[in-house]
Amino acid sequence: MSKRFIKPDPFRWLIFTSSAIILAFIFLPLLQMSTDPTLADMAESLADPDVRQAIFLSIYASGLAALISLVFGTPLAYLLARREFRGKKLLESAVDLPIMIPHPVIGIAILSIAGAGHPLGDLLHYFGIKVMGTLTGLVSVLVFVGLPFHINAARNGFQAVPERLEKVSRSLGSSLAGAFFRITLPLAWRSLLSGVIMCLARAISEFGAVVIVAYHPMTAPVMIYERFTAYGLKYSQPVAVWLILVSLALFVVLRVVSLPKGKAV
Amino acid sequence: MIRASRLSIHLPGFAVQEVDLSVAQGEFFALIGPTGSGKTLILEALAGLIRPTKGRVLLEGRDVTSLPPEKRRIGIVYQDNALFPHLSVSKNITYGLRYTPNGEGQRVERLLETLGLAPLRDRDVTTLSGGEAQRVALARALAVEPRVLLLDEPLSALDPAFRHELQVLLKRLHQDTGLTCLMVSHDFGEVMSLAQRVAVLNQGRLEQTGGVEDIFQRPATPFVARFVGMKNVFAAEFRGRTAQVGELSLILDCEPPKLDGHVAMRPDKVRVELNGEAVRPGENRFGGRLRGILDLGPIWEARVDSGGLDFCCLISAEQAGRLIPLVGQRVSLGVRAGDIHII
Repeated sequence: MSKRFIKPDPFRWLIFTSSAIILAFIFLPLLQMSTDPTLADMAESLADPDVRQAIFLSIYASGLAALISLVFGTPLAYLLARREFRGKKLLESAVDLPIMIPHPVIGIAILSIAGAGHPLGDLLHYFGIKVMGTLTGLVSVLVFVGLPFHINAARNGFQAVPERLEKVSRSLGSSLAGAFFRITLPLAWRSLLSGVIMCLARAISEFGAVVIVAYHPMTAPVMIYERFTAYGLKYSQPVAVWLILVSLALFVVLRVVSLPKGKAV
Repeated sequence: MIRASRLSIHLPGFAVQEVDLSVAQGEFFALIGPTGSGKTLILEALAGLIRPTKGRVLLEGRDVTSLPPEKRRIGIVYQDNALFPHLSVSKNITYGLRYTPNGEGQRVERLLETLGLAPLRDRDVTTLSGGEAQRVALARALAVEPRVLLLDEPLSALDPAFRHELQVLLKRLHQDTGLTCLMVSHDFGEVMSLAQRVAVLNQGRLEQTGGVEDIFQRPATPFVARFVGMKNVFAAEFRGRTAQVGELSLILDCEPPKLDGHVAMRPDKVRVELNGEAVRPGENRFGGRLRGILDLGPIWEARVDSGGLDFCCLISAEQAGRLIPLVGQRVSLGVRAGDIHII
């Protein structure tokens, strides 16, 4: 009895091979870096209060930035999803600007409006709010770099909710706000959470803008950079691994919460 | 009653222009027109869901143009039912009750019974059939006791069996409740069965408003004539009781009050005859070349070129069998003077 084989499709092989190369490109450096430090190195790193403080600050400041993006970015996302107006394409491109601009430039831009001589800077100074080298400055740049991710995800989520549902809701007596909170939000919240996760991820990983505005208090990426430049690769790796582990745990939890019922992670 | 007075809605590339529409208390009114003629826009403007550029909306005599939709109590049922997918059947139906002064109680129970929805009350709306979903949408709109019910092609997405069932239900509901209804539809059967009056919309303008009989039997414009199925619409000059249509002279059953206009004939009223058949009393008879025959399912369509005019005639399958060998040859067309509509 002869065996029959299905002739392999070259296109299928091309897809698998390309995918494997890309996945290797992503995971190999991370795997190498994560396995380089010994357990003793990791324990020693975690025992360092500066490391714990930097990781906590990264997560805390990024969380604040994501929360601010959620509160202030969601209305703009809703507006972009629901309204047609002149200049909308321009506005959508402007929202994406922080993705395109080199991040040190973002830091410089934030400082330039927050410094003395600028009306906003003077106003902040009047109220005793400092930007340079403060948590305020840190959160400001993290909001700036993370906002586009939240706005785009939330806008896509709102667009996926048919506007007719809101119209029916209003015809049944609900106000605009009522239709939003009773219909649109319950149907789009997963997209909003997804936007928050993206924003949080972007903020945790931010270095370029942060190093300009707030070298201190030191976030984990700045600390990794400092230790790398001062002491070399071996000394910076454990901090990087801890940052990856903590971030990964956080994202897995958030992703699980945002998944529809019955869907696998 | 609800009235639109000189209602205009301007959108990029399209406009509803100066529409005057009035639906009496308890009336079932149908708004018909081709796709993209602005029917849904008018419904949404009446409900307050879009802001008209000009004109007014009057509800029971009161100007509600600037009133938000939630203050109008105008219900709307869309073609795709627009059920809230995260709420159960009963929560969809009772959604609007928190905003109504009378609360819920027996009304919802009665609606569930009337619409046969009682066994479905706890169901997830995403598991409903098309007919069930549309009944839920109807119940949801009726639960808040709207002053006017707007129906945007409520039956068009349904299977024929469900469509008939819901059509009967709509008719019964309207008869029982005396609710003022304005329905957008493409289905003439639905319109003839449900509506008392009809308006025809074309590219954002009202072409004709009138009783069902007026619209379907006495269209006022060539567009309405074509839209309601009078496929043979030709420009004509009138002299006495004769219409000159191209090279053809057609005898009419009355004298038109004008010198030129149009004549319109339903395709089922234009008979294709084999040459040599006797002329019937009061019938116009003229020759033409049979261009082709098309199977439309239960009936057939014959196209005949006569004096440069393209006549469309509906024929039976049996007649089609006899005519197929004659395609390309000359045949006779017959149309009674009384079946020629003057526009």
